[in-house]
Parts: sequence; structure tokens; C-alpha cells
Amino acid sequence: MALIVDLIFQGAQMALVLALAPLLTGLVRLVKSRLMGRRGPSPLQPYRDLLRLTRKEAVLAENASWLFRTAPYLVFAMIWVAASLVPSFATGLIFSWTGDLIVIVALLGSARFFLALAGMDVGTAFGGIGSSREMMIASLAEPAMLMIVFTVSLIAGSTQLSTVAELMQGPGVGLRVSLGLALVGLVIVALAENARIPVDNPATHLELTMVHEAMVLEYSGRHLAMIEAASALKLLLYVSLIVCIFVPWGMDAGAGGPAGYAVGALAYAGKVAAGGVMLALFETSIAKMRVFRVPEFLGVALMLGLLGVILLFVTRSL
Amino acid sequence: MLIVAALAILSLILLGLMGPLYARIGHATAIAYAGAAGACGVLLLLGLAALIGGGPAATASLPLGLPWLSAHFRIDALSAFFMVVVNLGGAAAALYGIGYGRHESHPGRVLAFFSPFLGAMNMVLLADDAFAFLLSWESMSLCSWLLVVSNHRQADNLHAGYVYLVMAGIGTFALLLGFGLLAGPVGGYAFDTIRAAPASAGIAAMVVLLALLGAGSKAGLVPLHAWLPLAHPAAPSHVSALMSGVMTKVAIYGFLRIVFDLLGEPQWWWGLAVLMLGGLTAVMGVLYALMQTDLKRLLAYSTVENIGVIFISLGLALAFQAQGMREAAALALVAALLHGFNHSLFKSLLFFGAGAVLTASGLRDMERLGGLIHRMPLTALCFLVGCGAISALPPLNGFVSEWMMFQAILLSPQVSDWTLRFAIPAVGAVLALSAALAATCFVRAYGIVFLGRPRSAEAEAAAESDSWQTGAMAALAAMCFLAGIAPALLVDLVGPVASLLVGNRLSPQLGLPWLTLIPVGEARSSYNGLLLLLFIVFATVAPALIIHRLATRATRRSAAWDCGTPGRDPLTQYSAGSFAQPIRRVFGAMAFRAREHVDMPLPGDMRAARFHVDLKDIAWDLCYAPVAEGIAAASLRMNRLQFLTIRSYLTLVFSALVALLLVLALWR
Repeated sequence: MALIVDLIFQGAQMALVLALAPLLTGLVRLVKSRLMGRRGPSPLQPYRDLLRLTRKEAVLAENASWLFRTAPYLVFAMIWVAASLVPSFATGLIFSWTGDLIVIVALLGSARFFLALAGMDVGTAFGGIGSSREMMIASLAEPAMLMIVFTVSLIAGSTQLSTVAELMQGPGVGLRVSLGLALVGLVIVALAENARIPVDNPATHLELTMVHEAMVLEYSGRHLAMIEAASALKLLLYVSLIVCIFVPWGMDAGAGGPAGYAVGALAYAGKVAAGGVMLALFETSIAKMRVFRVPEFLGVALMLGLLGVILLFVTRSL
Repeated sequence: MLIVAALAILSLILLGLMGPLYARIGHATAIAYAGAAGACGVLLLLGLAALIGGGPAATASLPLGLPWLSAHFRIDALSAFFMVVVNLGGAAAALYGIGYGRHESHPGRVLAFFSPFLGAMNMVLLADDAFAFLLSWESMSLCSWLLVVSNHRQADNLHAGYVYLVMAGIGTFALLLGFGLLAGPVGGYAFDTIRAAPASAGIAAMVVLLALLGAGSKAGLVPLHAWLPLAHPAAPSHVSALMSGVMTKVAIYGFLRIVFDLLGEPQWWWGLAVLMLGGLTAVMGVLYALMQTDLKRLLAYSTVENIGVIFISLGLALAFQAQGMREAAALALVAALLHGFNHSLFKSLLFFGAGAVLTASGLRDMERLGGLIHRMPLTALCFLVGCGAISALPPLNGFVSEWMMFQAILLSPQVSDWTLRFAIPAVGAVLALSAALAATCFVRAYGIVFLGRPRSAEAEAAAESDSWQTGAMAALAAMCFLAGIAPALLVDLVGPVASLLVGNRLSPQLGLPWLTLIPVGEARSSYNGLLLLLFIVFATVAPALIIHRLATRATRRSAAWDCGTPGRDPLTQYSAGSFAQPIRRVFGAMAFRAREHVDMPLPGDMRAARFHVDLKDIAWDLCYAPVAEGIAAASLRMNRLQFLTIRSYLTLVFSALVALLLVLALWR
């Protein structure tokens, strides 16, 4: 019986992130439009887009291989699994022991691996440029992310995200320099990984400025829908991750019963929405940087992460 | 048990000695490779039996070698584990060779030395005294050298063979000195005698450095790696797989045997030295791999990277052990062993794939390949699994060992030494960086070779390789999956090795539900490859089914879009060089002294524009070129000595004698 309840909660978690993800993307787009003085689309627009795309026939390039057709589903699956490993409204999900923070980072890496391959499959110049740049960005963002994971896990004494969240909720942590460094680093990595300004522009179709969009240029129909959904999920994943580690308050630790879950869900929705608004604010207030400035930007994140870890190593005995 | 092993090794050597006969029998390649595969299978089972059975180590001494020293042999947990690694790779390479050998112009040159090479590697693992060890080690080097130069008509191969021979000589010489120091003035060369008499601190320090030089040069530690990217690709592909996947593991065995087993308790700085070298090797190896356009050379450089990763983990184990943290040391050691095993699987697989591409198209140059996924679907699928595994993608096997290394690093704040406290996080960052760069490297390799459109007529005409080759690749790919899903099995298997070397082992994992891996504690971390795979399969299949059922599954083929400007010419695709360009710009000036020469004609000038990039292996410039120049200059000077009169020679001999006697007198 308990197992069934647990399974239902894990299923609810997976369904919740999937259902919420396009809403967050829609919210960010709406706030950005308002800040720019436009009326903007309804926050529900991404749902309509996804539905429309899934109904259309998929146009494949003549020499697209099976990899091109399976990659969208694989990318979506990897990111969905990773997103459902991040506790959203309650800690202690049954399958959270399947994978820890390092696994989440690696799953995102796998998704990127397949997307980059798919970008090269048709054999066009734009696909190649997108894949090459995406991998260059990732080869700096991923170590930075792992350093941040190290910082957080060293403080919590665990790489299990549920344990980390529970510990962060408790009184034992307090303010730490390392955590501050990790937060800044994580925000930088999140911007880079989600192809947001200033690293990449999710709205552009200007050839020379795009990275992520260049990779998926050849996709259409249901394949594009899967990729768009995966991007939305990834954005939600990063916001959830930041929220779960740095502002875990309100999350249900398993003792609250249905009321606890309700409070947890409300708090989660509020925190994610706040994260989305802040992202939109940040994106409208800054310009996109040149591709070759990105390594320096990400180098900052890597250095911050490393500094955080070294600080923890050094202060452990003091 | 040792008798069976001896018979198997003997049969391997005999298979080689029959070399001259192969030219006369039909199906010679098939028979010889099948025999080698059978012998490897027997040795593999022996290794497994010794690992699972446990019990005391089997020993034997044979009246071989020098008359007053008999040769000692022994199977303990360490050699048993490496027997599994060596013979699994060996059997796969032999099976692959049945197919690959048919495409060779002179199969006899390979056949005669292939099985003895395998036999020599097994001998290294079984040797229980310095003499037998060095003899087997040198035979291993010699056999592999003969295989490297088997295709000696290519000028590059001879150069590669020459560099390899010199480096192998230096490495063996370092090991010889090391064993000499260990044996001491009494000359107890049996490993038991060495273990019984621990070396003094100074001697132990020198032995560690010599072991790093000797085993490290064979494994490919930077800056001793210079021969590896030349020699490994020069050999036939299944031998490249053996050299990269298996022989480097024998080198690691040598390092483990000397430093962990024979030397006893480590000092903290050994760990630091190994960590630093490992970190340097990992990041330089992968950066160079990213720049290569020769597929096999790319794989060889990637071997350098993985050796670096293994040495990082070994350095952690040494550091932990020196600090008395036995459990952490066991975790780091198990991670290193597991990564060695995993690397032997996926690197062999990748070299097999490169060999299949080579036989199908005759090309190793990535800039002329492309689109092979359409023409070689099975090879492409297996190669994809290999690329995923080496890029540490879950739920494949490469991820598990790297995950365990990260867990070991997270245990390290308890070390009390300050230098290590700064070094370990830095090395952790290096490990993360090299893992991410490896993913980039293999996206590039796979994307350029197998995806896109063919860049040459040869690539366009390629066809799928035969069933022996694809079979061997498929078997290895399946094992990459299995080892990723059931790492608990492997962790339990290497348990006895950890107890032997660091005096502690990880708690048994097999009893845990769902094949979960919990290396340290449940609250700390756990990983479950099986559930992860199930989740991913569910999350892939369910949306696909739902969309196909409820929405549409209609597809249409059309020309590529490419923002409205698709280029007809396949050369408009991104090339291997252009894919690597961002990384070259980020790391280039520092790591490769990369210089770009652009020759852009003025407007109106009809000359073609030219672009050329200079890349250098820094190790070559910094370490090898000065030595080579020094030797050349010295020999030029010494040349004068060859044209002296008889009187001068006599004077020289006499003064040398007097000088030596003086030294002896003063020494006393």
C-alpha cells in the first residue's frame, strides 16, 4: 500500500513538472514582453504551440538518419527524468535514491550529447556551428556545475538532493560564503545551459547569434515539439534546483500529510514564478555577449565553484 | 590452477611460433585467431574463478631463467582481476581479428606476434619475482613493437616504432633500477622477499618515482606519452585496441604491484605526485584528442586522458591510505579498477569501430569521412554506445566509475594534510573538465565520421563490415550496458583486490535491492543504473507512443532547410577542424601553442585564400626535443674520439682505470 502511494507521488511529481514547464516559459515570455512595452502572448501560448506542433507532419531532411528521429525523444526523456529527480514540493520521493545530483548533471549532459549529434546529422553548416558552440559552452558549464554540486554536497554531507534539501531547511546551515559563491555560479550555469541572454538568445533566428536554435534548425512537427518541451523542462529543472537548494522553505518533509503537500505545492509554485520573473527582468536588462566572451563568463562560474569547494576544504578543521 | 594458466599461455606462444606455417594453410587467420580467443577464454575463466573463489593465492616456481634463480609465478586477487581485464579484451580482439585479418595485406606478420603478445601480457600478471616480471614485460613490449611495425612500408609507422622502442627501453630500464633498489644489496628478487623487507623511506621514494617513470611511460602519463599516439594507431586496429585497451592496464597493474603491494605503507606526497600527474595527463590528453583529425590517433590521445583519470583515482587512494582513511582509499581504488575495466571495454569497442571504418573506406582521416550511419548501421550503433560510455553518459559503464571517483573526492575534506586539501578540489575540477571535454571530443568524432554527408567518394562507397567484426563490437557494446546497469556485481568482484592492496573493501553491494550501488552510506549517495535505464526507456517510449497514437506519425522527406541556404557540396558541412575551433580558441594558446596563419588575398587578387593552423604537442618540445638535440650534439663532439691514435687510446684506458681505482679506494 505504502509503495503504491509512493509510486503515485513519484508519478505526480513527473506529471507536475511536465505540466508546469510550458507555463514557466510562457510566464517568462509574457513578463519580458511587458517589460519591453509589448502586450505579449498569453502565458498559455507555449501549450498551444506544442499542441499545434505535435499535430503537424514532421518534415525530415533527405539524408536524416534514425538518430535524427530518435534524438528528440531521447533528449526529452533524459531531461524529464532529471527534472523528476529534483524534489519540487516534497522531499523524500521514492525514487530519489535512483540518482543523485551528479546523475542529474550527467543526464543533462546526455541530453546535450544527443542534441548536438542530431545537429550534425543532416550535414548542414548551421547544425555544425550550433553543435560545436553548444559543446564548447557545455565543456565549461558542466565542470562549473559539478563544482557547485561539490560545494552543496560537502555542506550537506550527501549528494542526494532530498537529503540536501532537508538539511538546508533545517537550522544547522546558516549563511556561508561557499553557498553564496555556489548560488552565483549556479545562476551563471543556468543561464548558459538554458540558452538565455547573455549567453544565447532563445528568441533569435538571426543566424550568427544563435547556438541552441541553430542546432535544432532542421527540426519540425512533433520532433520540434519534443525539443521545445525538453527546453521548457530544463528551464523548470534549473529554477527548481536553485529553489530546492537555496530556498527550500515550505517544502514538505513528509510529516505534513495532505495539508503539508498543499502548502508545499503552493510555496513551490510561488517560488518558481518568482524565479521566472527575475529571469525575465535580468534578460531584459542585459545585452547578449559575443560567443568568445562566453568562456570568460563561464570561467567565472567555474572559479566561483572551485573557490567554494576549496573554502570548504580549508575551513573544515577550523 | 597455475598449470592450466601455464598451458593456456604456452598454447598462445605456440600459436605464434607456428607463424611460418600460416602461409601454407588455408583459413590460417581464422584458425589462429580462434585459437587465441579460446586460450584467452580459458585464462578469463581462471581469473574469474580466482577472484570469486578467493582463498590463498596459488603459487608455483619453475626452474626457468638463470640457473640459481627459479622463476616464481602466483595468482592473487590483483593478478586475477587484471587477468579478467586482459583476457576479455584479448578474446574480443581475437574474435574481431577473424574478420579484420582477412582485409590485411600480410596477415602473417600480425598472426605470428598477436598470440605471443597476449601470452606475454598474461605472464606479466602472473610473475612473482622481478626477473620473471621484467622478462615478460620486455617480451610484451617487443611483441607489441613487432605488431606496430608490421605494416612497415609506411614511413610514419617506422618512425612510430622507433620512438616506441626507445621509450619502452627507457621504461624497462627504470623498472629494472626500481626492482634493483627494492631487492637491495642482498638481491632478493622474489616478490615475497621484497614484501618481507620493507624499503627505507629514501629508497621507497626513489622506487615510486621509478615506477611512475617505468609503468607511467607504458601507460602513457604526460609527459611520457609521446610514443603512444604514434604507436597505437600505427598497429592494425585490433592490435591498437589491445594496446590501448589492455596493455595500458598491464602498465597500471605494474604500478599497483610495485607501489601498493611491494612498497607497503605510502607517504602522503606519493598521492600528491600521482594526483598531479594524473590531472595533467587527463586534461592534456583530452585536449589533444579534441584537435586530432586522424580517428585512431584521436582514440589514442583519449586513452592518455583515461589513463590520467585512472591515475587521479589511484593518487586519491594513495593519499587516503597515507592518512589512514582505509574506507575512502578502498572507494578510490575500486573506482580506479572499475574505470580500468570499463575503459578496456569501450576503448576496444571504439578501436574496433575505427578499424571497421578503415576496412570499409580505407580512411582514417575524419575530414574525408561522413555519413557512415547510413552505410554501416550496425557499426554506427555500436560506436555510438562506445562514444556514450567514454563520455560518461548514464546509464552506461563509464559514468559509474567517474561517479565513484567524484564520491571519493567528496570524502576527502577529512584529510589532514594542507597541500592535499588544496590539491584535491583542484584535481576534482580537472576531472570534471576532462569529462566534459571528452563528451565534446566524442560528439565531434561521431558527428564527423558517422553523421552528415560523405566527404569523399571512398566514404560514399563504404559498406558494412563482416559479422565477426560487428559481432565483437556488439558484444562489447552489450557489456558496456551491462557493466553500467549492474556495477554492484563488478564492485563486489574487485572487493578482494581492495582488501589486498589497501586493507579494506567496500561493503557487499549485490544484496541490495534493484542492483543499487551504495558505496559509502545510504544517506550519502546511491546510484541505480537499472532503474535509471527503465525510467529513460519509459520516458522515451511513452511520449513517442502517445504522440504517434493521438496526434500524427506522418513524415515527409524534403531538402535540408539550413536557413534557406543549403550548400550542395558536402564540404560546406562543419568539418572536424571547424568543430574543434572554439575549443582551440579557448585553450589553444595555453595548451598547444596554436598559431593560425591566414593568407587573405587583397580584393581583386584572384589567388585562393589560405588558412593553416600550427599545433604542437608541448611535451615533445619541452621534454624530448632538448634531449634529442643534446644527444645529437654530444655524439657529434664524441665523434672525435673515433679518430685517435693507438697511443691516445691506451692513455685513455689507463687513466680510466686509475680513476676507477681511485673512486673505489675513496669509497671504502
